[in-house]
Amino acid sequence: MDLNYSPDEITFRDTVRAWLGENLPAELREKIVAYDHFTRDELLAWHHILARKGWIAPAWPREWGGNNWGPVQRYIFEEECGYAGAPPLVPFGLAMCGPVLIRFGTAQQKAHFLPRIYNGDDFWCQGYSEPGSGSDLASLKTRAVRSGDHYVVTGQKTWTTLAHYADWIFCLVRTGEADQKKQDGISFLLIDMKTPGITVRPLVLMDGGHEVNEVFFDEVKVPTANRVHDEGAGWTVAKFLLSHERMNTARIGTSRRELERLKEFAARQRKNGRPLIEDPRFRDKLTRLEVELTALSITNLRFLDQLRGGRVPGAEISMLKIRGTEIQQMLTELMMQAAGPLAQPLAPLGEAVDFDLFTAGLAPRYANFRKTSIYAGSNEIQRNIIAKMSLGL
Amino acid sequence: MDFEFSNEQKLLGESVRRFVARDYTFEARSRILASPSGMSDAAWQAFADLGLLAIALPEDVDGFGGGAVDLLSTMEAIGEALVLEPFLPTVGLGAQLVVRAGNAAQKREILPAVAAGTRKLAFAFTESGSRYDLAHVELQARREGDHYRLDGAKRVVLGGAVAHTFIVCARTAGEAAGRDGISLFVVDHAQHGMARTDYRNLDGTVACDLRFEAALVPAGALLGAPGAALPAIEACIDFATALVCAEAVGAMKFANETTLEYLKTRKQFGVPIGSFQALQHRMVDMVIAQEQSRSMASLACVRVDSENDPVERARAVSAAKIKIADSCRLISQESVQLHGGMGMTEELKVSHTFRRLTMIAQQFGDADHHLERYASAGHQARGR
Repeated sequence: MDLNYSPDEITFRDTVRAWLGENLPAELREKIVAYDHFTRDELLAWHHILARKGWIAPAWPREWGGNNWGPVQRYIFEEECGYAGAPPLVPFGLAMCGPVLIRFGTAQQKAHFLPRIYNGDDFWCQGYSEPGSGSDLASLKTRAVRSGDHYVVTGQKTWTTLAHYADWIFCLVRTGEADQKKQDGISFLLIDMKTPGITVRPLVLMDGGHEVNEVFFDEVKVPTANRVHDEGAGWTVAKFLLSHERMNTARIGTSRRELERLKEFAARQRKNGRPLIEDPRFRDKLTRLEVELTALSITNLRFLDQLRGGRVPGAEISMLKIRGTEIQQMLTELMMQAAGPLAQPLAPLGEAVDFDLFTAGLAPRYANFRKTSIYAGSNEIQRNIIAKMSLGL
Repeated sequence: MDFEFSNEQKLLGESVRRFVARDYTFEARSRILASPSGMSDAAWQAFADLGLLAIALPEDVDGFGGGAVDLLSTMEAIGEALVLEPFLPTVGLGAQLVVRAGNAAQKREILPAVAAGTRKLAFAFTESGSRYDLAHVELQARREGDHYRLDGAKRVVLGGAVAHTFIVCARTAGEAAGRDGISLFVVDHAQHGMARTDYRNLDGTVACDLRFEAALVPAGALLGAPGAALPAIEACIDFATALVCAEAVGAMKFANETTLEYLKTRKQFGVPIGSFQALQHRMVDMVIAQEQSRSMASLACVRVDSENDPVERARAVSAAKIKIADSCRLISQESVQLHGGMGMTEELKVSHTFRRLTMIAQQFGDADHHLERYASAGHQARGR
């Protein structure tokens, strides 16, 4: 038993780390450090840097630009990016639509879309959830009616992350009859966001940020050539994609960096004249969190080790999502608590020369991170998955 | 990175599992528990024959030169079967102290007998006022000619009721909680001036209290340099803590498997109770706690074997014990709750596993103790 990386893996890690040190633009890293939101151009800037390096889609097959990294290398890469403070990679093209096209797309679809996703020419978003279809995704109602060589799509999607930046949206739509089993009449369409009839409306979250939207479709014409896989086979595609969505949710590198920041921040705050980090009540919470992160990182490595041995990941991924998001949430909560009464201010009224923007960002960030246990399959859905797939309940 | 056991470790693990599955069933354990000694000489001899008592002993005293990682699957099997015999006190505590602090003659005298199964050991370190502080030693040892005179008392000496030989820590100098001045002595179970009160613990294992009144032991009974025993004691307790973490994982495994089975077979309202989401999610949290505990037990065992810096070793072991203590509590409580009234009964093994998990949560320090120890070992992040 050996919990350390192999010499090859350490060499790989050092290569990635050194490259990030030289190529991660300081202004992007500083936005991460300031808990700031990224613009479309900033997200794409980092995408382009990685695409030029050939590291943007490591899990793809080689012919489409993948680079044969094993699961451990991919994990190391993601952890190093997270720890270094690289902007998040928007997953909708790279980790979702791309793999779907590689698995189910026609030759023309692959040839057209995959290079554009790889190079960051198109910004993608995901049209899954609807007002009445959250965890029960298969109950979706957005209809696509066949009319010659195109579909006419009418309905509404919601929680559509970054739809306001997007050029394209992939959608689950209902093409079947009402009397069919609800999973059977679903198809998977690629829709150009510039098509007439599409309206994007922001959904501002409780932290005041704009990242999700409602997307309305009013008789939107979509060529049948933009359907992926057979008509009615959308649920097969959706299930395949969901397993991809859940791959990197542990976010251990990011949480490590945040834990270090929390310690630094708590060391600067004072309680009874002493650094807050020495307060037993605060310190115990911090220690439990650090222990939880250590346990998760070793568990993650154990799963990777099994993956490398050829085992297909199953319910374990759900476990990483549950614990990973709980840790992320606890980090934001302790950061807010560490600020004490100073966590209350949100934004200056008018001109404010001496307003502490960083501390003001902590409570909104705590509020924002409540999303992590809800999105990408709520943590309750993840428990259902483990109960069903792994425990046979 | 490699989480697999070596072939040797796998073979050993399989032979232990085979033994307990055949000879240490719940029924067999119940018979042992009901017997006058509460121990099984046959089981102990089988441990010796399987080589389990010699795994972590040096090769020059009939051992295999292994460490905590080599004992991992054995400890898991012990936890799963709720083995009552004093494996941890003998192998994890007593023998380790002799290995770490003893001179050549002491090793030759004690360790081959341990390997052969003819000598059980116990480590007397807890006192009424010590709680989990290993430096808190009030029992006095005063030099008198070529003897030491021991006065004072020890509490809850694990395995003490059946030990042939005690390792006793005593103060030869300094104040009650001072790090210096602590010494170790090898004391025979029939030592004159030592009174023993034997008892059974909640989890079915046996222990004793010891009272020393003018007990004279020869100077040659000193194990290691006088007054300088604490580092060896700390290393040994860390070693035993790593082992008990592995034992806990085995007990958790049983508790979860049997609870899952119960959820699938127990019917109420015409359906298996495992079809209720409220219970499913709790079962899932128990399984996650077990997986996280397994990770931390591996970490603790690897670190006590390979980490030379005592501060880093302490941090890893304390981190593991925090997680394991929390998980012991969760899984023991939930496994009983999900069994309903049946979980409360003597006749179901899960109630015995509850008792062992409850005791493990506090053995060698509860979560609060290890939270403090982890923090005082420095909050700086380990080198990545």
